[in-house]
Amino acid sequence: MADLADLTIAEAGRGLRAGDFTAVDLLDAVTKRATMTEAQLHAYLTLDSGGARAAAEKADADLASGDDHGPLHGIPVALKDNMVTKGVETTASSQILAGWKPPYDGTAVARLKAAGAVITGKTNLDEFAMGSSTENSAFGPSRNPWDHTRVPGGSSGGSAATVSVGSAFGSFGSDTGGSIRQPAALCGVVGMKPTYGMVSRYGLIAFASSLDQIGPFSRTVEDSALLLDAVAGWDRMDSTSIDGDVPAFSGSLSKGVEGLRIGLVTELMGEGIDPQVKAAVTAMADKLAGAGAEVIEVGLPASEYALSAYYLIAPAEASANLARFDGVRYGHRTEHLEGTTEDMMAMSRAEGFGPEVIRRILLGTYALSAGYYDAFYGQAQRVRTLMRNDFASAYEQVDVLISPTSPTTAFPVGERAADPIAMYYSDVCTIPSNLAGDPAISVPVGLDDQRLPIGFQIMAPALGEEVMYQVAAEVERLAGFTDRAPLATSEVVHP
Amino acid sequence: MSIDSVTPLNAGGWEAVIGLETHVELSTASKMFCGCRADIPEEPNTACCPVCLALPGALPVPNEQAIEGIVRIGTALGCEINETSLFYRKNYFYPDLPKNYQISQYTFPVAEHGALEIDVEGEPFTVGITRVHMEEDTGKSTHVGDGGGRIHDASHTLLDFNRAGVPLVEIVTEPDIRTPEQARAYGAELQRVVLALGVSDAKLEAGSMRFDANVSVRRPGEEFGTRTETKNVNSLRSLQRAVAFEIERQIAVLESGGTIVQETRHWNEDTGKTSSMRTKEESEDYRYFQDPDLLPLSVDETWRLRAVEALPELPGAARTRFRDAGVDPVNAETLLDNPALAALFTDAVAAGAPGRLVANWLTGEVIAQLRRDEVDVSDTSLSSSHLVELASMVDGGDLSSSAAKDVLTRAMAGEGTPRAIAEANDLLQVSDTGAIEEVVEQVLVDNPDALEKVRSGDMKPLGFLTGQVMRQMGGKADPKVVQQVLRAKTQGE
Ligand SMILES: [Zn+2]
Repeated sequence: MADLADLTIAEAGRGLRAGDFTAVDLLDAVTKRATMTEAQLHAYLTLDSGGARAAAEKADADLASGDDHGPLHGIPVALKDNMVTKGVETTASSQILAGWKPPYDGTAVARLKAAGAVITGKTNLDEFAMGSSTENSAFGPSRNPWDHTRVPGGSSGGSAATVSVGSAFGSFGSDTGGSIRQPAALCGVVGMKPTYGMVSRYGLIAFASSLDQIGPFSRTVEDSALLLDAVAGWDRMDSTSIDGDVPAFSGSLSKGVEGLRIGLVTELMGEGIDPQVKAAVTAMADKLAGAGAEVIEVGLPASEYALSAYYLIAPAEASANLARFDGVRYGHRTEHLEGTTEDMMAMSRAEGFGPEVIRRILLGTYALSAGYYDAFYGQAQRVRTLMRNDFASAYEQVDVLISPTSPTTAFPVGERAADPIAMYYSDVCTIPSNLAGDPAISVPVGLDDQRLPIGFQIMAPALGEEVMYQVAAEVERLAGFTDRAPLATSEVVHP
Repeated sequence: MSIDSVTPLNAGGWEAVIGLETHVELSTASKMFCGCRADIPEEPNTACCPVCLALPGALPVPNEQAIEGIVRIGTALGCEINETSLFYRKNYFYPDLPKNYQISQYTFPVAEHGALEIDVEGEPFTVGITRVHMEEDTGKSTHVGDGGGRIHDASHTLLDFNRAGVPLVEIVTEPDIRTPEQARAYGAELQRVVLALGVSDAKLEAGSMRFDANVSVRRPGEEFGTRTETKNVNSLRSLQRAVAFEIERQIAVLESGGTIVQETRHWNEDTGKTSSMRTKEESEDYRYFQDPDLLPLSVDETWRLRAVEALPELPGAARTRFRDAGVDPVNAETLLDNPALAALFTDAVAAGAPGRLVANWLTGEVIAQLRRDEVDVSDTSLSSSHLVELASMVDGGDLSSSAAKDVLTRAMAGEGTPRAIAEANDLLQVSDTGAIEEVVEQVLVDNPDALEKVRSGDMKPLGFLTGQVMRQMGGKADPKVVQQVLRAKTQGE
């Protein structure tokens, strides 16, 4: 029998209920896998062995007594370390929060626990989710499971890597400009950003509130839907969460694409997209046409300005969101206490934040300043409106839009670290959906000539998760992508 | 509005221009954006949660009761209630501001463009209301050390976040106010409005209602002068004094050739002076932007109409009603400030008692007695039916006005109904003409000289004769009836 750590969530669920193995066995399998891979990958910041074991034992006891919490019952799931977990250190990969143990669970975390999931631990990210490579972590970068000299993408690089190597069955990240989909693409797994408001942000450490959305990483499209089902739905603690019934997304995955209209986004297939990535996307578009979909080219003209607008809106919101980290109530406080309280706050922040976070706070503060607001923040909001209008007219012609997820496959560690603009360009294909608040998913469709995964993005209108999953399931089937990241056990460095 | 005709000028021909910003803490059950109790318990940091402490990941959810409260205030101030209003983040760093931004409003506040009619020593005056917006309160800093609570000399600062996030309504006036007296009258009237609505306890001394005064001076007809903002005004009297001080100070500065610096000033109650609070002169940039955590707030037509229908009688209307009932202006203001007495007044007048007399009793003997005993009127036995009965006894001549005051005090003490008290204490006066006539005839017989003088047209002895009758009747005759009878007997024969 295959290693339990390589099962999908759906398979693991069936085995658990058939009595083939226990939740503790599943946890042991992913823990073993983590032990095997963490030295190279550094996907986890915190492994909550005690909490996870207790949860797994409870899951087994519950199941034995007939108390089945559903598809995630007993399934080991990892969480990005910007999701607040009661009693378990939560840092957002920032020195300013090192050692902080929250007194509460975020809504998504609480729902996962209620669904019987076993929380394995907290995964690495770019500090406060600001980055596209997981190199901006105060606690050291994560590495790509397919090539340890390369980045796993970001900012949810740790969550992508755990699912890729099997140190978790599924995981959650947050996507502000592509932070779930881009690392999913670079790590060869499925990563999905729901409609804005589909998943409560209560307990997600805010980066850019109007863009942030929690979503799942998984090895299959079906698992993605199962994970989303557990956390989706209105929450009274988040005013921006959507009030309304949420269908079970795992219900409609096998409908095919016959008769669907699919738009390949012209602007996201231009210069700057790696030829191999472009070829893989075109090939998949042809396969979809072969499977009965009507595939046409569709324009999103405003996407040309989306990146610039995003890098004003997100830092502007971040500049206020991160103001609370001041050393007064929690987190890092400077030891230099000779000046005023104001000096203490300024010094704590200067010491606690990393350079990319400081860069974005400065940028955002500037964009909101009197005299500049209209030229920067105001203008960016107008682009956002244009972007929404573009999507609206596109969706008059087609049911979903497709594009590459990332312009390139995984890039070498350090390559873009000194060039913020090149790094920012990593999100060029994913940002439009964040600006519009629409759902989008990345599905792996193949490998490039360096055996690095290529991600294929499917975008749908707001609340269009069902049709998005419907197409994603077909893409998964047509791609037949079954490769797994190599488990380079021989490379384990024993201390 | 036309103010030029009535603009009062200060010495040297200077005109003051005053605008007030008033913060009112709403007495809701919970805070503005979380479920914590909003009544600010004594024990520090006992009414706090992830939201009002701004823990990472926490999000605000608006309190509907608070929105209801501000809609009521806006409606009472005659404002337009915006169908859609927006929450903004006002960014500034301060240790008692947990998020280091305050959720407030900027464009599209809940209410704007209203007015409050005030009464300045009997003269009506209208103050324009620019806007009424919703925000949240901060925590409280206590600076500990040798500096007597001053931040620069403190060794450390204690923070209490119980108040952080308590719903706060800010009411901003147009720069319509011209005198310290008007400023005070506006403050008093606004406090009455808020109390009438029951949305806040509006206690100035406790800080649940507080004023910031924007003051400048100019020559009439000129552009506005540079203004200062005075904070820490904790009573209506302080408001008047602080504004008066600031006007005089600015005039003195300008007349000695100086210029006014735009700054925030601190009112010191003990010295009776304002002093500069901030050394930084550049205006603060709050980098307002719409709060992405909060959806636009919609107050629909139904809600707006409900607020109008639910309005209680406002102080302006009550003032008019009191005056129409014959109450003099000073007593009318006293009734406005004493809702329990005003309620007795209203009930008594509705039952037919004369307004002026009842108001005189309530604002005279009754208040004096309450102050003496340090109690509220509800602690006494006084009821509106007592007032009605007392008034009818006086009107019917059964009780002299001085005896009525005695009966009133006894009724408050629970000695019974006015008639029972008057009977028990032998205070009823005789207005039975027959009994009085007998005594009058006897007195005339006993005083032939006086009678003769009156008959010959000298009315002076009438007073003496009245006194004689009253004395013989033990003071219990109605003096009006005695005089009538005396006149009839002396003229008629
Ligand atoms: Zn609270």
